[in-house]
Amino acid sequence: MTPVLPGAAIVRRPRGLRSVWLLLALVVVLGLMLASVTIGSREVGWADIWAALNGSADGFDEAAVATRIPRTVLAVLAGAALGMSGAVMQGVTRNPLADPGILGVNVGAALAVVTGIAFFGLNAAGSFIWVAIIGAAVTAAFVYTVGSLGRGGATPLKLALAGAATSAALASVVTAVVLPRNDIASGVLSWQIGGVGGATFVSIQQVVPFLLVGFTISLVSARSLNSLALGDDLAAGLGERVALARGGAALGAVVLAGACTAVTGPIGFVGLVVPHACRLLIGVDHRWLLPFSAVLGAALLTAADVLGRVVARPSEVDVGIITALIGAPFFIYIVRRQKVRAL
Amino acid sequence: MKLERAVGVVTTAQTIRNSRTRRALRRRSVVGLLVGIIVVGFIVTLMVGQTFYPPADVIGVIFGQDVPGATFTVGRLRLPRASLAILAGLCFGLGGVTFQTMLRNPLASPDIIGISSGASAAAAFAIVTLSLGDTAVTVLAITAGLAVSLLVYVLSFKGGVAGTRLILIGIGIAAMLDSITAYSLTQAAEWDLQNAMRWLTGSLNGTSWNQALPVFIALIVLAPVLVGQSRNLAMTQLGDDTASALGVRVERSRLIVIVTAVGLIAFATAAAGPIAFVAFLSGPIASRIVGPGGSLLVPSALVGALLVLVADFCGQYAFGTRFPVGVVTGVLGAPYLIYLIIRTNRAGSSL
Repeated sequence: MTPVLPGAAIVRRPRGLRSVWLLLALVVVLGLMLASVTIGSREVGWADIWAALNGSADGFDEAAVATRIPRTVLAVLAGAALGMSGAVMQGVTRNPLADPGILGVNVGAALAVVTGIAFFGLNAAGSFIWVAIIGAAVTAAFVYTVGSLGRGGATPLKLALAGAATSAALASVVTAVVLPRNDIASGVLSWQIGGVGGATFVSIQQVVPFLLVGFTISLVSARSLNSLALGDDLAAGLGERVALARGGAALGAVVLAGACTAVTGPIGFVGLVVPHACRLLIGVDHRWLLPFSAVLGAALLTAADVLGRVVARPSEVDVGIITALIGAPFFIYIVRRQKVRAL
Repeated sequence: MKLERAVGVVTTAQTIRNSRTRRALRRRSVVGLLVGIIVVGFIVTLMVGQTFYPPADVIGVIFGQDVPGATFTVGRLRLPRASLAILAGLCFGLGGVTFQTMLRNPLASPDIIGISSGASAAAAFAIVTLSLGDTAVTVLAITAGLAVSLLVYVLSFKGGVAGTRLILIGIGIAAMLDSITAYSLTQAAEWDLQNAMRWLTGSLNGTSWNQALPVFIALIVLAPVLVGQSRNLAMTQLGDDTASALGVRVERSRLIVIVTAVGLIAFATAAAGPIAFVAFLSGPIASRIVGPGGSLLVPSALVGALLVLVADFCGQYAFGTRFPVGVVTGVLGAPYLIYLIIRTNRAGSSL
């Protein structure tokens, strides 16, 4: 067995240090949230920002800030969901390249929503979420099955290839479904590249319960993920019911990724980058890794969203584009670091 | 073997010769058949559409006669479109199978390892953001294609290039480049979906001779170079050391092959967009029909042309709406890609 999780040699970190990192990350998220409300394509004075935070929306400046608030909340939620989802997927598949974007789960969710809108007359955002979760689950099961056929089980290469192929395939189908429909055709791009620009408090309210369920399931399975990291045989020897543990954790990850995609569209690479960074800081214990990934994911997505508003003023760059530009080099770095054998 | 036992006196040399003739015959008949189907498909594409024109009218238009109605519909609309379909298909088929043969992996086709994405991103950026003209766009697309192939190669170099690492790194690069394409498209002043689809999945809508001509010239110039290298390409499949022992100047030959293949892909992409999965599908399909032995370059070029021609025709008329060709090939090609991954997982990889 090759060690799959990088940094596995460092088993234990001082508890105090981990708490400090977590606290620091939370402060960073708060700072970024503040930045996200303050910074945008329109320059707004502090007085207007304060007024908007208190619920007023008079005039252009205050209205601009008022739209930034739900957007910021969604970025934080989606980032947390994707970060934790990625960490769980990497644990379940024991694969450093796992990520809801790379494995095609996000595109699967998007396809399910688009199909629902086009053929089954879905229109309530609440029902999108169920459909998206089902789509995400089916895609995840499919990719994992295809990737684990043949010699050596689900190696990183096979999983990544199966995921990339499935994403490409499903993206074509999304286009084919959306294109003939003029009423949703304006959204073709928004179902191919995720963004948080269109956030409203209504859609956030609908998605929050699902995310809470996903967070809970994932956190509950953290201990099982620790045993799974030792390999299936050893985990079974330690009294873990391997299939059940794996299925439960995967369910958590899929609910998070699916629910998130239903509101934002497919956003890739957050779930890949964040857990790797977290492992460097706080080690491989999933009980710490999962919450920390959520916090850092929130930070990354909020930062990416702010960056997207600033880099190309006066227009905006969707956060899905920014995360791909940040995440793909990181993906390449991880691939390069792996030994050829492991691939 | 059966033959040998029956006759008893057939030498090994004769057996080999027999099987070689048989394969050459099969190859020739497959190539002939493919050309025949393409010609028939081409003519049918020209005849059938919103209005039907009899073969006589179509042939008249092709030979420059003035046929009322048909001269515009067939000559201006359908003829450039069908021609570009065939030309782009030939380019994608050739470029794709070259990379697959050279890297000895069917998944290492230019549309999966990011070369098409590079050309497409450059073209979209050049048109939308820099508002350049046709020639500049093509030049930029080719430069980007070459740069991306170099980048993927350099990044996957770590004491030798492992095929798997190259593919994964290519996937990463492709993800980045696709997001650049998407960004360029969101910047487009008037949001034109049909035009956008060209750079996302590939489309032949609104093709004129201005787009088909550069691809034609590229094909005339580059394809013979590539086909001329097919023997060297086949030998490098045996491994670099064996190939150089057999008299191939490996590095020189590889450089020529890469530059010409990327050139073909980039010219076709600049004209029709990165038509999904054609470069990837042509080689394996050709290899199934032609069978083992012999170069796959010409058969897979023909398969590519046929794929694009048929997919574009289906996209236009087979469904309620007009789909761009890339959507059709994408939906069709995806199951085959997944099948190939499953099969490769079971049996190890080869074309």
